[in-house]
Amino acid sequence: MELTEKAIVVNSKDNVATALADLEAGSSIDIDTGDKLLTVKLTSKVPFGHKFSLVHIESGAPVIKYGEAIGIATTAINAGDYVHVHNVVSTRGSTGAEGGAK
Amino acid sequence: MGVRNYVGVISTVGCANDVAHWIAQQIKGTAPFLHQAGCGQLQPDLEIATRTLISLGQSPNLAGVLLVSLGCEGVDADRIEREIAASGRPVKKVVIQKAGATVALNEGLLLAQALVSEASQIKQQEFDDSQLVIGVKCGGSDTTSGLASNPAVGATCDIVLEKGGTCVFGETTEFLGAEHILARRAVNKGVADKIFKIVDDMERRARASGGDMRGGNPSAGNIAGGLTSIEEKSLGAIVKGGTGPIQDVYNYGERVQGKGLFIVDSPGREPEFLTALAAAGVQVALFSTGLGVPQGFPFLPVIKVTGNPVTFKRLPDHIDMLVEMAAVKGSGLKATGQRIYEEVLAVATGKQTKAEILGYGNFPGLYTLGPIV
Repeated sequence: MELTEKAIVVNSKDNVATALADLEAGSSIDIDTGDKLLTVKLTSKVPFGHKFSLVHIESGAPVIKYGEAIGIATTAINAGDYVHVHNVVSTRGSTGAEGGAK
Repeated sequence: MGVRNYVGVISTVGCANDVAHWIAQQIKGTAPFLHQAGCGQLQPDLEIATRTLISLGQSPNLAGVLLVSLGCEGVDADRIEREIAASGRPVKKVVIQKAGATVALNEGLLLAQALVSEASQIKQQEFDDSQLVIGVKCGGSDTTSGLASNPAVGATCDIVLEKGGTCVFGETTEFLGAEHILARRAVNKGVADKIFKIVDDMERRARASGGDMRGGNPSAGNIAGGLTSIEEKSLGAIVKGGTGPIQDVYNYGERVQGKGLFIVDSPGREPEFLTALAAAGVQVALFSTGLGVPQGFPFLPVIKVTGNPVTFKRLPDHIDMLVEMAAVKGSGLKATGQRIYEEVLAVATGKQTKAEILGYGNFPGLYTLGPIV
């Protein structure tokens, strides 16, 4: 078994990666996005299973994983930033969102 | 075609649970189905309870059924008995209000014993892969679920479909945010519309109860594991159904007819969902988990698959298989799906799952939409 990757990108359209280990702030992570190789320097620590940004994401822009929007950035997110509930909001399931994704 | 030959001891109403439990405790070869439904419910819920109990009684894994009735319950126990019997298996019934629980127990023990004797004489037969009906479920999810075990289980579903078999999935709550992707895979517009409708209905019920789907989903445990939104959780969840065309959408408690990939409208909570799979006619269930969950089902073998090596090591009494992230990536996905498929065949031909050996899963649930009255 070979598991040397520190993070995984599920779909080449994604703008976030998922950590496959606890990653320290300041560490540089090499990532194969499926269509290119990137190196991202983490601005804070990212626990196993959590996400960080591959690129700059504007406030209000979609955060993409599985090639689909998993939510909207609530603030500008820089490459290497930790991405989670503190800077992403769901667009589904809230009151008034009925049918919104059709 | 079943993969087990239990005698189901099915309580028709919560009030009859104790007698059903006593009988199933004593008579080897029985499997109880105990629940809290069947009375004190509005008509739509009584109908859900009735059709679910009928479908459970018709499970391919039951060679016979003993119904334990109170006598005055809201569901029609005679109709349940009649419709299970119509599937061609022996069905008996005891009624507590006729002469009390001790008499019903005595009658029930003798009837269950005779049914088990009959079931024990059934010979194992060979059957084709196309007769296989599997169900898939995920729970106790963490990020490995969406990255490893769900895609792997999805690859197994694709193999089952290739061989002409049937897969059933559900957990409507987890379609939220990804229903448009599922709808694109429907065989026609009517089925696509049903997918949107079951999600809309579920959201409407949540709002009518003063709830916010975003608040409860993803759960605190999911968030701690790294899942940020219901969309992320949903996308990671629906991959467990594979990539096949969706043939139809069934209501909770209905028996799935036909071959291919089907959805059963259902909640994601384990006790109620595993009941939906058993009622749908599933023979073996695949349960993908990240944090690790114990649930089985009284007469449905449930195979636990995790992508989290820590969970696999920590919970050897619950988890049947480990599928590592590195093995699932790229070209490894299909081979991993095949490995799980072979485990399904092993279990279908008699291998016991961890949950079966442990006897974990005796507290299933039966879905209720409306108030208890």
